Amino acid sequence: MGQAKANTEDYLRMYTQMVRIRAFEDNANQLYLSAKMPGLTHMYSGQEAVAVGICEALEDDDRITSTHRGHGHCVAKGAEFKQMFCELLGKAEGYCRGKGGSMHIADQDHGNLGANAIVGGSMGIATGAALTAKLQGTGRVAVCFFGDGATAQGLWYEVMNMAALWKLPVIYACENNGYSEYTKTEEIAAGSITARAEAFGIESFEVDGQDVLAVNDLTQKLVARCRKGEGPFFMNLKTYRYHGHHVGDINRDYYRAKDEEAEWKTLRDPIVNFGKWLEEQRIVTADELVGINDTVRKEAEEAVAYAEKAAYPDASEVDMHVYAGVPHALSA
Amino acid sequence: MTREITLSKAVNEGIAEEMRRDPAVFLMGEDVAEAGTPFKVLSGLVEEFGTERVIDTPISEPGFVGMAVGAAMTGSRPIVDLMFGDFIFLVMDQLCNQAAKTHYMSGGKLTVPMVLRTNLGATRRSAAQHSQSLHALVAHIPGLKVALPSSAYEAKGLLKTAIRDDNPVVIFEDKLMYQDKAQVPEEEYLIPFGEANVVRPGRDITLVATSSMVQVCTKAADALAKEGIEAEVIDPRTIVPLDEATILDSVRKTSRVIVVDEGHQSFGVTAEIAARIAEKAFYYLDAPVARMGAMDVPVPFSPALEDLTVPTPEGVAARARQLCRGEVADAA
Repeated sequence: MGQAKANTEDYLRMYTQMVRIRAFEDNANQLYLSAKMPGLTHMYSGQEAVAVGICEALEDDDRITSTHRGHGHCVAKGAEFKQMFCELLGKAEGYCRGKGGSMHIADQDHGNLGANAIVGGSMGIATGAALTAKLQGTGRVAVCFFGDGATAQGLWYEVMNMAALWKLPVIYACENNGYSEYTKTEEIAAGSITARAEAFGIESFEVDGQDVLAVNDLTQKLVARCRKGEGPFFMNLKTYRYHGHHVGDINRDYYRAKDEEAEWKTLRDPIVNFGKWLEEQRIVTADELVGINDTVRKEAEEAVAYAEKAAYPDASEVDMHVYAGVPHALSA
Repeated sequence: MTREITLSKAVNEGIAEEMRRDPAVFLMGEDVAEAGTPFKVLSGLVEEFGTERVIDTPISEPGFVGMAVGAAMTGSRPIVDLMFGDFIFLVMDQLCNQAAKTHYMSGGKLTVPMVLRTNLGATRRSAAQHSQSLHALVAHIPGLKVALPSSAYEAKGLLKTAIRDDNPVVIFEDKLMYQDKAQVPEEEYLIPFGEANVVRPGRDITLVATSSMVQVCTKAADALAKEGIEAEVIDPRTIVPLDEATILDSVRKTSRVIVVDEGHQSFGVTAEIAARIAEKAFYYLDAPVARMGAMDVPVPFSPALEDLTVPTPEGVAARARQLCRGEVADAA
């Protein structure tokens, strides 16, 4: 494991946050499988070390933009289970009052500018947040999460060019899970993704996205450099998506072998491996890790139960929030 | 006190006043700084506000519009210059999927106070990709406001309102009117959105006209007046929000109406306004609701052809005569 935040409290929080993401996703998947959740959702399981390693290096008022596979980012940036499950179920107490759902979940209070259902759609937003930070001298950093599939979008090259020209405090974090929806990314990406960022003169890094300490260590350094005006940066984080493209993508042998999935899950799981390291370093005992898992699982189940009973938004909300400053767009 | 200035100067003044008033306002786009745009609308602003706030971008429309969305979500108030209205097709995802929906999708937590300035208008001999009037496309998307100034006075007052609005606003200026002069107050003024202007009162027929078509309809009204037909010319000034009440009041009074707009006639602004009149003022009508838009063909280059594609004062006057005489059989 790499080195990063170096006290017990930090280690345990990182571990707990990864467990919280896994627990959230396991419950979200069950909600889908039991037909209690409207629509579909995209599981973050397997990629926890990326979101947690990065977000633990950020301050609350640093900004992130997220993706359709965004629950992990939302949890890691500080969101609460209750409001998240309420949002997934379209309830009024959700972060977006049930108007966004899984693919648009946002948590402005913790700097999460929102998940985005357009692949690569938030690359401009993150870069624009960094432009505000520079113009207003706020010292804030923006992290743009996106997948390897999104590197095929032209928008990325446009905004990287401007971010590099204007030295914006933005970190492009490519969660490279190897798959662009139902297609191996190596089949649709020419050359090196990292070299593409380097072509703009952007300092770029490859990091093991299953190693939360390595991710956190690198991100801390890059965030500090961004705050000094040395951005932008690019991180290619090698990781793995345990589920299919979305929860309904169950029979996926045609594009991904079961053996490959099993290998990542058994040998490279970010939570199991970090737990082992914590034990080896005598930071926690196995029993304490079980305790953390039990506590988090219980919290998640309680939040699900709460969300299932929570109220849907009143019908009168349907034309609210169309325009800021207009209470009801259709009766204005 | 008023003085006569060009539409171009009025826009320039409006931006400068708002940039002096609010340090969060900045300007970005292609050739906006030293070049002051191809139409020289923005000349001199970079000298006053510097390259930090008057930002020349690469030719990357989706990139800089996306950045404006992110900047607006984080405390800036960007004004984006899109060199030609035709380029709006390039930025549709950032404008319509991101800017327009962010406030709603976040349950009202995030706002996008940005202005996209662009233009419309044919007969500049610029052919099919630099001559379109595409405002109906964005007016179709809830969450965007759309302003169509018809003179220097409107251009300044509407722009200042747009910059202070907490929503994404798209302003289409008529590129043929940049050198047209009008009386504009010396002192500060704003024109509220959703308030139509009765450009010219009349009792016999209503001409609802947007942007460039206000001049066309005013000329038509002059010609009709000589024949004893008093036309009332209504300029909605913003089509989102639309001042339906002023239009309906006029139609109920005159009982005849032509809706004139430079967008393509099919599925556009004329269709929308005509439909609302038919729904809400049908029993007041003495003639079918007529509408005149740009011909449903790509804008041709040859002057001999291009001039056939847009409504003219002669054409509007001829149609008005038919309606006033009850010649409804020839409804083409």
